[in-house]
Amino acid sequence: MATEVKLFRSWSSRYALRIVWALKLKGVEFEAIFEDLSNKSSLLLQYNPVHKKVPVLVHNGKPVCESLVILEYVDETWNGAHPLLPKDPFAKAEARFWAKFSDDKLMPLIRKATLGNGEEKEEARVLTAENLKHVEELLKGKKFFGGEKIGYVDLAFGWMAYLINVLEEVSGATLIKKEEFPLLSKWMENFYEFPEFKESWPDHDRLITKFKNYG
Amino acid sequence: MSSSEVKVLGAWASPFVMRARISLNIKSVDYEFLQENLGSKSELLLKSNPVHKKIPVLIHGDKAISESLVIVQYIDEVWTSSESILPSDPYDRAIARFWAAYLDEKWFPSMSKIARARGEEEKKAAIKLVQEGLVLLEDAYTKCSKGKMFFGGEKIGFLDIALGCFLGWLRVTEKAHKVKLIDEAYSPGLVKWAENFCADAAVKDVMPETDKLYEFSKVLMAKMRAPQKPA
Repeated sequence: MATEVKLFRSWSSRYALRIVWALKLKGVEFEAIFEDLSNKSSLLLQYNPVHKKVPVLVHNGKPVCESLVILEYVDETWNGAHPLLPKDPFAKAEARFWAKFSDDKLMPLIRKATLGNGEEKEEARVLTAENLKHVEELLKGKKFFGGEKIGYVDLAFGWMAYLINVLEEVSGATLIKKEEFPLLSKWMENFYEFPEFKESWPDHDRLITKFKNYG
Repeated sequence: MSSSEVKVLGAWASPFVMRARISLNIKSVDYEFLQENLGSKSELLLKSNPVHKKIPVLIHGDKAISESLVIVQYIDEVWTSSESILPSDPYDRAIARFWAAYLDEKWFPSMSKIARARGEEEKKAAIKLVQEGLVLLEDAYTKCSKGKMFFGGEKIGFLDIALGCFLGWLRVTEKAHKVKLIDEAYSPGLVKWAENFCADAAVKDVMPETDKLYEFSKVLMAKMRAPQKPA
């Protein structure tokens, strides 16, 4: 029944990858529909009329949009295998907080720190380093943000495991030095090497080209 | 549980803070409301939300929770013997969360643009954007309420709180710019909904009066227009 679950994605969407990883962890079969974002399908526009974006998860014909919303839906629906969020309300609140932090604070800063210009770029580099300290703290005594197993926060930060290298290469800036962020560096390695995700990484060279064209 | 075990760090005028207060009211949880002064941040705020240094913060015993929608969900999950705030069905929950994210990421910022608009053209465009958003929200209201009074059904729920908290500022915007945003013409459901939301027992004591908020908005505008150092 693979067609019960469809995932609209693109080759490079870091948000869609979160859902790919979640479904893999849960052992959920799904059909991946790759969108060309410069030429969106009418189905995508029908399923996500508000934002017209990927990812969209379609489960039994019903669409769910926004990657963090989809992650919670996946966790609640396929609640037998591999829980993504902790049960404890406070731990859950912290997990939600850090996922928002990834998207609302860290991502824009890292984008500015690598693809931005002049003074803005330098300011962003300083702020990035400050904010990465919080992330490093989170990993104290843990292999993953979720503990022994990959969880919601790992999936939220997962984009870092492959994009940081790309952005550093494109911009010539080093954001995450092993000596400064040993736990985060190790986490990036562990996440990238995670066996079930091996096939999921977007092509490195193609990403370099994509981000070179942003400048 | 004594009221001093639950505190809300916030401000009377903040819609995001209101979300936390409404939620605690729904659960009949007593709390201490500690108001921050405009322009300065208390030690407690800096200590309990070191990452963003923003309100609201919910302090529950020795735990501090930040981000308004995270707080609302925390409240719902801790005080389970009272009314549920989130719907029970996972798909309905996803829809509620989707629209709440839309409000924070798209709709409320578009409303803020009205006040910041320079010139008539920009203002008209900003107003149009907000109204278009309200058309989407009217449709969401029809689908979520299924003929009942609120997005959450018979009682106010997550999405009611997420949108309803903005009604004060929406009315201020309507007054300041002499424009109707929630309008019978394209959002008749929301017109009625807004009345009922503001009259709800959990809401009425924390929804600021429009006139008071309007006066406060002038203070804020003056501050905004003054040259500022980046935060």
